Amino acid sequence: MQNFEYLKPTTIEQAVAVLYREGDQAKPLSGGTDLIVQLREGRRSAKFVLDVKKIPELSQLTLNADGSVVIGAATPCHQIYGNAAIAAALPGLMDSCTLIGGTAIQGRASLGGNLCTASPAGDSIPSLIAHHAVCVIAGTGGWREVPVEAFCTAPGRNCLQRGEMLVSIKLPAMPAHSGGAYLRFIPRNEMDIAVASAGVTVTLDGDTITAARVAIGAVAPTPLLIDVAGAALVGRSIGDQDAIEACVAAAKAAAKPITDMRGTVEQRVHLVGVMVKRALAKAIERAQAKG
Amino acid sequence: MSKKIQVSTTINGEPTDFLCEPNQSLLEVLRDGLNMTGSKEGCNNGNCGACSVLMDGRLVNSCLVLGAECEGAAITTIEGIATKDGLHPLQQKFLEHAALQCGICTPGFIVAAKALLDKNPHPTEHEVRYWLAGNLCRCTGYDKIIRAVLDVAGA
Repeated sequence: MQNFEYLKPTTIEQAVAVLYREGDQAKPLSGGTDLIVQLREGRRSAKFVLDVKKIPELSQLTLNADGSVVIGAATPCHQIYGNAAIAAALPGLMDSCTLIGGTAIQGRASLGGNLCTASPAGDSIPSLIAHHAVCVIAGTGGWREVPVEAFCTAPGRNCLQRGEMLVSIKLPAMPAHSGGAYLRFIPRNEMDIAVASAGVTVTLDGDTITAARVAIGAVAPTPLLIDVAGAALVGRSIGDQDAIEACVAAAKAAAKPITDMRGTVEQRVHLVGVMVKRALAKAIERAQAKG
Repeated sequence: MSKKIQVSTTINGEPTDFLCEPNQSLLEVLRDGLNMTGSKEGCNNGNCGACSVLMDGRLVNSCLVLGAECEGAAITTIEGIATKDGLHPLQQKFLEHAALQCGICTPGFIVAAKALLDKNPHPTEHEVRYWLAGNLCRCTGYDKIIRAVLDVAGA
């Protein structure tokens, strides 16, 4: 592996000062499941690696009294799904956390890392979007918040500026009678990269959908929030097939995939519709089960 | 050459200090620095699980952990699985079920299976298969491995 200096900042101020001074030659390290591989293979270079796990804000996992959740950017997946109260509060996100990599990857991989890597197929991102998550960013110039759907800007690129670092992800409490789900299509049962994926959350009033949010992954340069797909469901009954088909059609229309070794454009557009439909059904089922 | 970092850990219950380069993985420290060659390098990118170790009780790929990150951590490797009285039940059952051929993946499977049984002593076959999805075997096939783990779990 290339040579670098290993730093272990304990405060956000220390970390962003180095990130500002060194620019893209300083890389924050959380679980390392992307960064260490990229450094080893020469796909990224760094003179400084900043292990940010000793910064309390980046390693937090907080369930607030109002039901909202704050997840540190470096908090590993296993810790998130290992917390029963948080797992119950964020069902779609838990689908993502339990299927990213295998057990050993989940022992280290973080949501902050998944976001900063900004893969079009990042498995946590559609769920975070569906759950209304917001990125909390610290920088030498101050703090700002960016909705997750605006964080990734292109494959491998995100909105962080020089001297900025993703600190945590804030998720509001889901209203009563809400559910969420994330599904991806892969050609095997486990341990693969999504060919197409969907994250959906819904809120019900009896059999009527009062709010819905639909996000799709692996079918565009970044994961996408599809407002019209969610809007097609609002005010409609959970059994309204026309509304469901309109939602699916909106998601398929928004998909702009490429053909690569994992799938063709046609296959991905078809699959993303199937994933949206199934994730919606699962989200509704979970909302009903919550009562 | 960067300045070496001194790291204090506990490895298989023994307090262990080592010096490492900032860019050395825990796997390289174990194999090349400490001569603990039980953990294997397969893919060196987190896909195969041959380098599985426990870090503070949690299953990780040691090829994706920097040695420098291990300050204060308790590490368990395949060398720490057997006791002075004999093999760990998983090791014994892997032998009885012939759950290995070339053996390169075996240390990783045993460490990963131990992590599962420590957390969930009576897993279902489904749980065992998903837990071990990050460990690849290219010769035995998985059935014998799964049967060995389930045998230990008393299923």
